[in-house]
Amino acid sequence: MNEISPSQAVYRGLKGTGIDFVASVPCVNLQELLCLVESDPQIVHVPVTREEEGVGICAGAWLGGKRPAILMQNSGLGNSINALASLGSLYKIPLLMVMSHRGCSREPIVGQVPMGQLTGPLLQAMGIPALSPRPGQGEEAVLEAGRLAFEENIQTAVLLDLGYWRGE
Amino acid sequence: MKRTEAIREVAKAASAQDALLVCNIGYPSRELYALEDRPENFYMLGSMGLASSIALGLSLARPERRVMAIDGDGAVLMNLGTLATIASFAPPGYLLVILDNCAYGSTGCQLTCTARSTDLAAVARGAGVSMVREAESLPELVPCLEGQGVVVARVEPGNAQVPIIDLTPEQIRDRFRERCGIPARRG
Repeated sequence: MNEISPSQAVYRGLKGTGIDFVASVPCVNLQELLCLVESDPQIVHVPVTREEEGVGICAGAWLGGKRPAILMQNSGLGNSINALASLGSLYKIPLLMVMSHRGCSREPIVGQVPMGQLTGPLLQAMGIPALSPRPGQGEEAVLEAGRLAFEENIQTAVLLDLGYWRGE
Repeated sequence: MKRTEAIREVAKAASAQDALLVCNIGYPSRELYALEDRPENFYMLGSMGLASSIALGLSLARPERRVMAIDGDGAVLMNLGTLATIASFAPPGYLLVILDNCAYGSTGCQLTCTARSTDLAAVARGAGVSMVREAESLPELVPCLEGQGVVVARVEPGNAQVPIIDLTPEQIRDRFRERCGIPARRG
């Protein structure tokens, strides 16, 4: 079997987009991807304390000439909304957001459900295009979201739910 | 010292050091714009709390450049976690100048926690920042502006009478990026 893992597919999408700067807040589903990013000498990886801080750090990195992405759980979207709106959207600073989307079907942790349900509507209300790839589509989705972000100077999101990670 | 006097010194130092300078939302940015506008100034118009983080991202992206940030006590209290990230990476070219007036100066001078017991220099040290200095006066502040890490300067509350910044967000962005050596159209 030469099939690549869901994490490797996302990593290929990041590399194909030319991502060279990553801020991250961990999720259990991102652990393999975080290791791939951390061990890549061409990517500056900045683990941050809170997603909003990561949005600010990525904005600074882009102002300085990098192509940034943030890896996070969707629960952190709520922590970032003012920064996404009054920094990213206001100044038209691009950002590729790769989110582990918890709180969807078969979610075992009840606390993930409220933000899980709100993630799509929140992104829609903010005008942030979001892609939700199925298993096998991770690389293409990241490439497409990355292309959009950096061609249009906008924020885009890739939402990776439990089904994506489990190949279901 | 007055905040506007401290900002004048930071602006002079930034200019002398050819530094990129990120400035906190509200009156601090307006005062800086009125005192010494440079394309290398990034004026924040929103996202309170993120001046220190924007400057950190910039410094990590461009380690060869001198990067300074002007922040306030209220804004730093909103984003204390970033002091830990600053400590972890400690870029040598990075300096965060916290102008502590113990108040939310742009919204009517409501007191912040630094008016009572919170010591932001101690918080920065506790977060692991190895270079933390404190200044109570302009002569104490000036030499601190040559260093790295964090400077906490005590300033009086109160704002200068200065107009609103008449640049669009995209103008601020594009001229700043140009001084980073990036053509306006590149993504």
